[in-house]
Amino acid sequence: MSGTFVGMPAFPKAAHEAVNNATLRGNLRHATHTIRAKRAKAVGEISDWAELREAGKRIKDHTLRHLDRYLTQLEESVTAAGGVVHWAADAEEANRIVTALVKMTGESEVVKVKSMATQEIGLNEALEAAGIHAYETDLAELIVQLGKDRPSHILVPAIHRNRGEIRDIFVREMGEWGRPAPEGLTDTPAELAEAARLHLREKFLRAKVGISGANFMVAETGTLVVVESEGNGRMCLTLPETLISVVGIEKIVPSWRDLEVFLQTLPRSSTAERMNPYTSMWTGTTDGDGPQTFHLVLLDNGRTDTLADEVGRQALRCIRCSACLNVCPVYERAGGHAYGSVYPGPIGAILSPQLRGTASEIDASLPFASSLCGACYEVCPVAIDIPEVLVHLRERIAQGGRATRDGNTVVLKPAKGHAAERAAMRAARWAFSHPGALGAGQRLASRTRRFHPRTLPGPGRAWSATRELPTVPAESFREWWQRTRGGKDATK
Amino acid sequence: MNSRDLILGRVRRALADVPRDDTPPVPEQPGRDLQYEQAVDRSYLREHGARSVAETVDLLAENLADYRAIVHRSTEEELPYVIMRLLAERGPQYVLVPPGLPPEWMSAADPTRVHDRAVSTPRELDKVTSVVTGCAVAIAETGTIVLDGGPDQGRRRITLIPDHHICVVRVPDQVVASVPQALERLDPARPLTWISGPSATSDIELDRVEGVHGPRTLEVVLVSGE
Repeated sequence: MSGTFVGMPAFPKAAHEAVNNATLRGNLRHATHTIRAKRAKAVGEISDWAELREAGKRIKDHTLRHLDRYLTQLEESVTAAGGVVHWAADAEEANRIVTALVKMTGESEVVKVKSMATQEIGLNEALEAAGIHAYETDLAELIVQLGKDRPSHILVPAIHRNRGEIRDIFVREMGEWGRPAPEGLTDTPAELAEAARLHLREKFLRAKVGISGANFMVAETGTLVVVESEGNGRMCLTLPETLISVVGIEKIVPSWRDLEVFLQTLPRSSTAERMNPYTSMWTGTTDGDGPQTFHLVLLDNGRTDTLADEVGRQALRCIRCSACLNVCPVYERAGGHAYGSVYPGPIGAILSPQLRGTASEIDASLPFASSLCGACYEVCPVAIDIPEVLVHLRERIAQGGRATRDGNTVVLKPAKGHAAERAAMRAARWAFSHPGALGAGQRLASRTRRFHPRTLPGPGRAWSATRELPTVPAESFREWWQRTRGGKDATK
Repeated sequence: MNSRDLILGRVRRALADVPRDDTPPVPEQPGRDLQYEQAVDRSYLREHGARSVAETVDLLAENLADYRAIVHRSTEEELPYVIMRLLAERGPQYVLVPPGLPPEWMSAADPTRVHDRAVSTPRELDKVTSVVTGCAVAIAETGTIVLDGGPDQGRRRITLIPDHHICVVRVPDQVVASVPQALERLDPARPLTWISGPSATSDIELDRVEGVHGPRTLEVVLVSGE
């Protein structure tokens, strides 16, 4: 994934720093609470939400089950419509393909539609290294790019910034990249949007190459769909002569008709709208309208490894609506950066460790970045059971087990950090299967209860630093049962 | 091995645990895919609520206005005057028209008409203030108009660069209730643009603000036959 995330500390450390930032917490709380209420209203407006959610889940599951067939069907239909299909096994290959395609046009700048896939592969950095400037045109991506910042939300990458901070970034940075911010720019959202309009317009009008992702690809027709709000997507998809779309292989739906499900669930779930302002659909190229050259780069980059995991593969149903981020108590407090990935929040906690593997400290810590409250599963428009996958990944990290990396089966060793936990569990198993030893231990614990420390020593220290230790009762349940025969002789 | 075969091979190995799909093929209907049909339960609604034709048109008007489109109603005879008035309100100007726009729509208006030619550059079109088009279909439940590049709609760029878009919807013929009904009417081979209100963003504090890159004013004229 993006080089900007390399060397991230584990989630607990990054989150610890984030929760001490009062501005960040205020910004996140305000934004997530605003959208939560609106989303509930937008979803409540349609009576068949549960049926749409179930249909969305089944369409995606069916597609994944027959992914090889639908990928080849898509390749055929896109090619027949005048597009050129490329296949990229990993980020490096995708970046190489896109860089070569841009170089072929002779251009040294491109305009970009907001795209998670190109963020994931670090395309902007790869293009920059080849002397090609990539301009982000989505408002939030622009804020992140101008602020030399990292994205912290799937839908609104600059959610961690409030209007005052955005104003300051525009005033300071816009002149460096092109048209400067207007004189006397205030922090009203309408003025900030106007500043972005003026700044980007000259880039749109001269752009020869556009780069996008896609929300959906229809195997049957070869149609690609981009859902957006601002019109920057339409600009990038329509005005340039060459369009390059980088799309994850899991974005396929089988038929045109399937869009009727997702075009109802996605806008309501993500921006809490009946419909987003603009949706563009294109099938290959059209004579005399829009780009006359169209390239589709199909991206694996860990997706087939995720597909190989029987429990974890459901993460590939994700349509990137970000509803799970907005309801998550952990995300609301820790913010997106702590997740060390372009995919933050609950979905990121199950997607990043599967796409990237769990070799790094941050990826091994992500499945633990949750209280397992289940709010994410409840709002998910394709019913991804995020808590189930979190527990599954935790188990594999703590105990080790089989996983797939780059198409090969590997056996992961148990993670080092969980040795104490495993030892404690082994001891507990032994004690519970030896009643005599258990009883003796309990009696000993009861009698020495006055001398118990408030925090655990050794490896348990971290656990008890943020938790109250339970107090040991004067009498164990088993002793009480024996003494009173289950309460019948309670007077004794 | 090339990356195509590599990825397809990985997909097949990844799915090794999945039981073989034993849905019988249907030889007498070669175009159908039973596995797919049986996999998806489509018990969701084709439209939400039962409405008369007039009520569906009212809902369209209501939902368009809710997302800050300006809605007008007119008869066919009045239409040229409505368009004239809406253009005049924006002052003297250039107006883009698609090649197949019914000429009578513009018969009362007197602005400088600009035709979008293939050789026109986006920069030239940026001088134009308004554009007048028809549409392919309008969706009542979501307040959406869909353009499909037909002769009365033109190339996608002409409804994108000008700041003021007047879109004429023939009611009730072009109005459907729901998204599923709209998809049935549309041809995926054409370039499609779905428009629900003027350009907007939720990128600042997740609150919706109108007006970024697309037309900041969207006026929809619902024109009825009688």
